[in-house]
Amino acid sequence: MSLPKKTLEIRTSPHLKSPIQTDTIMRNVVYALLPVAAFAVYLFGLAALLVLLVSTLAAVLTEHFLCILNHRESTIGDWSAVITGLLLGLTLPPALPLWMVACGGIIAIALGKFMFGGLGYNSFNPALVGRAVLQASFPVAITTWYPAMTPDRFSSLPASSLTMPFMKPVWDTVTTATPLGQMKFEHIAAETDKLFFGMSGGSVGETSALIILICGAYLAARNMLNWRIPVTIFAVVAGLTAIFHGISPETYPTPQFMLFSGGLMLGAVFMATDMVASPLTTPGVIVYSAVIGVMIVVIRFWGGLPEGVMYAILFGNAVSPLIERSIQPRVYGTTSRRAKA
Amino acid sequence: MEATPTVRKTFAHGIHPPDFKEETRSKPIRRFPFAPVMIVPLSQHIGKPAKPVVAEGQEVERGQLIAEPDGFVSVAMHAPASGIIRKIGLAPHQSGRMVESIFLQPFPASGQQVDPGTPCEVETASPKEIITAIQHAGIVGLGGAAFPTHVKLSIPEDKRIDTLIINGVECEPYLTTDHRVMLEQTGDIFTGIRYVLKATGAKRAIIGIEANKPDAALKLRRSIPEEMPVNVELVKVKYPQGAEKMLITALLGREVPSGGLPADVHVVVINVATAAEIGRLLPRGRGIIERVITITGPAISKKGNYLIPIGTPLRYALDQAGLHEDVSEVVLGGPMMGQAVSSLDIPITKGTSGIVAFTSAETNHRPEKIYPCIHCAYCVDACPLFLNPSRLGILAKQGEYERMAAEYHLMDCFECGSCSWVCPSNIPLVQYFRIAKGIIREKKAQS
Repeated sequence: MSLPKKTLEIRTSPHLKSPIQTDTIMRNVVYALLPVAAFAVYLFGLAALLVLLVSTLAAVLTEHFLCILNHRESTIGDWSAVITGLLLGLTLPPALPLWMVACGGIIAIALGKFMFGGLGYNSFNPALVGRAVLQASFPVAITTWYPAMTPDRFSSLPASSLTMPFMKPVWDTVTTATPLGQMKFEHIAAETDKLFFGMSGGSVGETSALIILICGAYLAARNMLNWRIPVTIFAVVAGLTAIFHGISPETYPTPQFMLFSGGLMLGAVFMATDMVASPLTTPGVIVYSAVIGVMIVVIRFWGGLPEGVMYAILFGNAVSPLIERSIQPRVYGTTSRRAKA
Repeated sequence: MEATPTVRKTFAHGIHPPDFKEETRSKPIRRFPFAPVMIVPLSQHIGKPAKPVVAEGQEVERGQLIAEPDGFVSVAMHAPASGIIRKIGLAPHQSGRMVESIFLQPFPASGQQVDPGTPCEVETASPKEIITAIQHAGIVGLGGAAFPTHVKLSIPEDKRIDTLIINGVECEPYLTTDHRVMLEQTGDIFTGIRYVLKATGAKRAIIGIEANKPDAALKLRRSIPEEMPVNVELVKVKYPQGAEKMLITALLGREVPSGGLPADVHVVVINVATAAEIGRLLPRGRGIIERVITITGPAISKKGNYLIPIGTPLRYALDQAGLHEDVSEVVLGGPMMGQAVSSLDIPITKGTSGIVAFTSAETNHRPEKIYPCIHCAYCVDACPLFLNPSRLGILAKQGEYERMAAEYHLMDCFECGSCSWVCPSNIPLVQYFRIAKGIIREKKAQS
């Protein structure tokens, strides 16, 4: 017979494979973050651009060098370090000294991700780990806000940006307060539409709810983001706030204000949805998101800080394995959720 | 084709791989020539091998019994061609082992007529007689599992069957054999259903068809014999809709209990081609000697649906169908659950539903790089049995096989491959589970 005597490949089924790869997902998250970053640059100018560049570069380079030090193949090709870097940059104030930004990027990857074993093994969202360490180390710098839409934002940098490492930053006189800060300490509520379109002071990317929602919707439509997480967080935060606002409108803000201020949008859409640090099953995801929602309200209303999204998500990440362990899916053909031991 | 109404019936979870059926779905079933030598393995089914009743050098007629069932979970074998028994001995087999087989050399000049045997009449035969006739006709599940059909139809005394489901879903990509059988052997299917209804005592039958075969559904619907309690139902296009449990859930909303059988929810499921085979063979008293197989894939030039004598060597079949020089992988069955073969010298058996051949253009571009699990939950959302493949995969890597079975229902997994298909990190989940199940079975056998 005329058939070729070629060696056949043997592999196990399935012999077909979905084209969606881990790096595809990560790359799409980066795409979804780019409009958010672009808008931040539009609002805050060069300062924001530098913060984002430095945080991303710091994250990627840290990952690369740690891989080399550990005699592993570099994993920067999976794009996850880029996400960490971008997310970190987006949570920082635009005029933060760049050396601090770099520290944040290095810590996010080294402490938040690599120490746990790299991609897939981190218990916490690495960007938030970086941000939390910065917050603890530089409490003043990280709560000194720079106003949006300054006329010379594309021609000059805030004086603080280029502070030498370990030197005391010199702050521009034109710092501003965030809407959350004003609410907490002065009881002045910003107009919701201003918050929604992002024309207010705040961190680099914590500003335009609209753009964040559109970018999140793109990822959700491609099944690369679990929409249940932001939706549950919004529902819990809005619901709880509505109750308290109903009881005492002077003390507590409106639900709209809560949803569109501070880091809630960015956190709920892009940070709480970190696949690695959130549970697998739908009931687990709902519980996890509800926990985060409650924590946000608790910290913002009764905590010492005006903003609680970061710690709320870190708390959610911490309890995620516990939720995971106690809520397993009901297996087909069985009645109980828990497996028989 | 008429517009299909909205199809809602389905199961939860599952995946949507591309179906690749376009090239063969409209190709009528074509006969295949006889190979110079046929190899009929005595074990083509789950259970005990058949016992040969012929001797080396003996001449046999096409359709003649050449091996009889050995025990209950075993079926008969019949000569696929008139010819001479050259040898009874070991031959390579799909499983990778050498298996006792009958080598048959067909007579080139023979008319290859099949003499009728003793018919089993549906009106007069008792359920028991029908079941025995099915065993002696050598019929096994033609969907791929090759489980002896008479065993499936022997319902324990304490179980009552109310519904017979005929599985015409064919959810495996590339395969179109059931589709063609439904279009071209419609009458045989209904005759077969009549036998099986009587054998199982079921009151009605439902033919379940995936919505991508509206022509088959229409043809069957129009051909339902008067006063026969049969429904034709369309189900959503989704893999693995053709799995027994998934089809039962889609059509009846019942869940087969974990570790149980369809009979526990009063259902028997048989493949549509199996039904057609029963309907054709039993009234004539014959045995199964050929089956419809889709030969397709990028490495095949004459893709089509062929009626192929059982025992035809794979090499011969592929040669006839025009195998591309650059072939790199040959899969028996569908690409989701089928098996890649290491040798083309193995024969086609009763369980071969398709042959899919790939060239290196496909196999070289398959994503291979394994990333760590990123908890994307795609596998959790894909598993039709609501298992947690991600967790199972992690436990498998740690060698915690007992925990996989005890806490996470590993043994329920039927290896449909949905989790491996969706995994963006390319973790070979199903392979992990196969290994784990194998080790657990081995340990159980030892203790």
